[in-house]
Amino acid sequence: MSGNTPASTSPSPSPASSPPAAEAAAPSPSGPGRGRGLAAAVGRGLIRRRELSIFVVCVAAAIYFAVTGSGFTTGENYHTIAQYVAPWIIVAAGEVMLLVCGQIDLSAGFVFTLAPFLVTTFTGDGLPLFPAVVCGLLLCAAIGLVNGLIHTLFNLASFIVTLGMAFFLEGMSLIASNAQPVSAPASGWLVSVLGKSRWSELIWALVIVAVMQVVLSSTRFGIGTQAVGSNPVGAAESGIRTNRIKNVNFVVASTLAGFGGILDGIRVGSFDPTNGGNETMFLAVASAVIGGTALLGGSGTVVGALLGALLLGIVYDGFNLTGVNANAFDVVLGIAIVAAMLLNVYLSVLRKRASR
Amino acid sequence: MTSPDDVDGAGGAGSGGAAVPAQAGPRESAAPGKAGAPGDVVMSVEHISKRFGPVHALRDINMTLRRGEILGLIGDNGAGKSTLIKILTGYHQPDSGVIRFDGRETQLRSVVHARALGIETVFQDLAMVNDLPVYLNLFLNRELTYRPLPFLRRAEMRRRSREALDAIGISIPNVSAEVGQLSGGQRQAIAVARSVYAENAKVLLLDEPLAAMGAKEAGHILRLLRRLKERGDLAIVLIAHNYAQVVDVCDRVNLLQHGEITFDRPSRETSVAELLELVHAEYRVKA
Repeated sequence: MSGNTPASTSPSPSPASSPPAAEAAAPSPSGPGRGRGLAAAVGRGLIRRRELSIFVVCVAAAIYFAVTGSGFTTGENYHTIAQYVAPWIIVAAGEVMLLVCGQIDLSAGFVFTLAPFLVTTFTGDGLPLFPAVVCGLLLCAAIGLVNGLIHTLFNLASFIVTLGMAFFLEGMSLIASNAQPVSAPASGWLVSVLGKSRWSELIWALVIVAVMQVVLSSTRFGIGTQAVGSNPVGAAESGIRTNRIKNVNFVVASTLAGFGGILDGIRVGSFDPTNGGNETMFLAVASAVIGGTALLGGSGTVVGALLGALLLGIVYDGFNLTGVNANAFDVVLGIAIVAAMLLNVYLSVLRKRASR
Repeated sequence: MTSPDDVDGAGGAGSGGAAVPAQAGPRESAAPGKAGAPGDVVMSVEHISKRFGPVHALRDINMTLRRGEILGLIGDNGAGKSTLIKILTGYHQPDSGVIRFDGRETQLRSVVHARALGIETVFQDLAMVNDLPVYLNLFLNRELTYRPLPFLRRAEMRRRSREALDAIGISIPNVSAEVGQLSGGQRQAIAVARSVYAENAKVLLLDEPLAAMGAKEAGHILRLLRRLKERGDLAIVLIAHNYAQVVDVCDRVNLLQHGEITFDRPSRETSVAELLELVHAEYRVKA
């Protein structure tokens, strides 16, 4: 592999790259159409394989823990895993959109923390739960818009903008809660829908993944998001409104994070200012990256982030069941992120070969 | 980089365009009926200036684009060529001066606005999205959807991309391949195809479309430009550093120096040697 630099994404028309192209064209002189179709199928398979490979790793991890630990294959345990992964998935769905358009929201974890207290502020003022949730989510959207506008208007890196916002929101959460947990609303149909009934948080997560994946891969907005992340100048030259796309994605990420926080608080039955935070944000970003999303923008899938979160959830749960020190989870997480990135690079080299 | 010998070879083949399919892309069949006659002025700029902070990129630009004409725009690096193109395409707004389009004074508000008027551009950096497949780059920011539903018509875009590339005579094996995996020449060919493909194009601006191309690929593109010109309804501006190509394919040459157009003449009344002399005279080392 010496001399083969997989990280070079910008292709140079080097002489070394033309022989494989000639080879690929040569074997199918009789049926160029069929050869082309086959190459396309192989190429598409490899692109899909990025998600597929994570899925395979998930299954392998699940089998490992099912064999070695007791109680992994129970409905109760699946429910436990669902409780772990649902909030990560919901936050990750928004982070994927932002990462794909070349941005990141480090404050999403504290939006997750703050959102339930926004709701209690409104319910404390006598508002019924439904409008209180809507108002809370609108405020979360506004936080995202502020992130986006500071980035787009002042051309300040989103890493910095949202880092500042993260600390700001952490403080606001502690102020709003007096650093004390409060009990969450516990009765009514809306409470059941918003996290209380057994699988509702996971169902929300799956619905959000489905919707966001369709938005990302099957709408003009999604293509614009990918274009902005891959080539911001080129996207602007093509007339894509790059700032608007970024702002919308900041709003989406923040709103989803807030929604995840509300669901999780209602599920647990208590709004806790130590819930969420950086851990949730980093696990969501890790899920996205393990799931194949490029940290520098341009590519990624929401479904991949779902599988990335599932892998982390299975490992986390498996460690608990097998009695491994939970601290070792972070060791595995660290290795998993780097290994996933290496796999991504390797797969992109394979894809490059397949499509020539 | 192409050597002068190679270029002569490509230029010599220019008249023998029979190797390429005669009809040049889907947009050719969609004849814009109300278009004016060849030779009409379709777009002009008067006294355009543009500053970037202390840099006076353009001082006083006067330029006329006519239907059925290829205008070569040459000048040294930093002379303002790309800035002028970006003003003509709505990406930058001029500080002063007037742009006329179809006889009317027009403010180009954005790239989208310019495109809507029929001004198509191949930018120097190609505006290619490496992570997207060829067909989505060809349809970038004008993707087809199942209206009123917002979903992309991928199969239709793939089919039309295939047709457009075949008709133009550009060899791209797989329209679903990511653009980042293609060669520089292929990427430029796609960028040209994208602007040519536009259905209502009246003005075609090409900022160094041949820079990364070999002589053979460049010959393809130059023949394509000649065919488009012969239709008579399109005004083409070509920025190139290779004066052999400019003299060969263009009808008229403008030289941009220090933010002003200092030379405007039919290309048959000039020569590669004269253009080289004009551009390099002020930097001559020996007396």
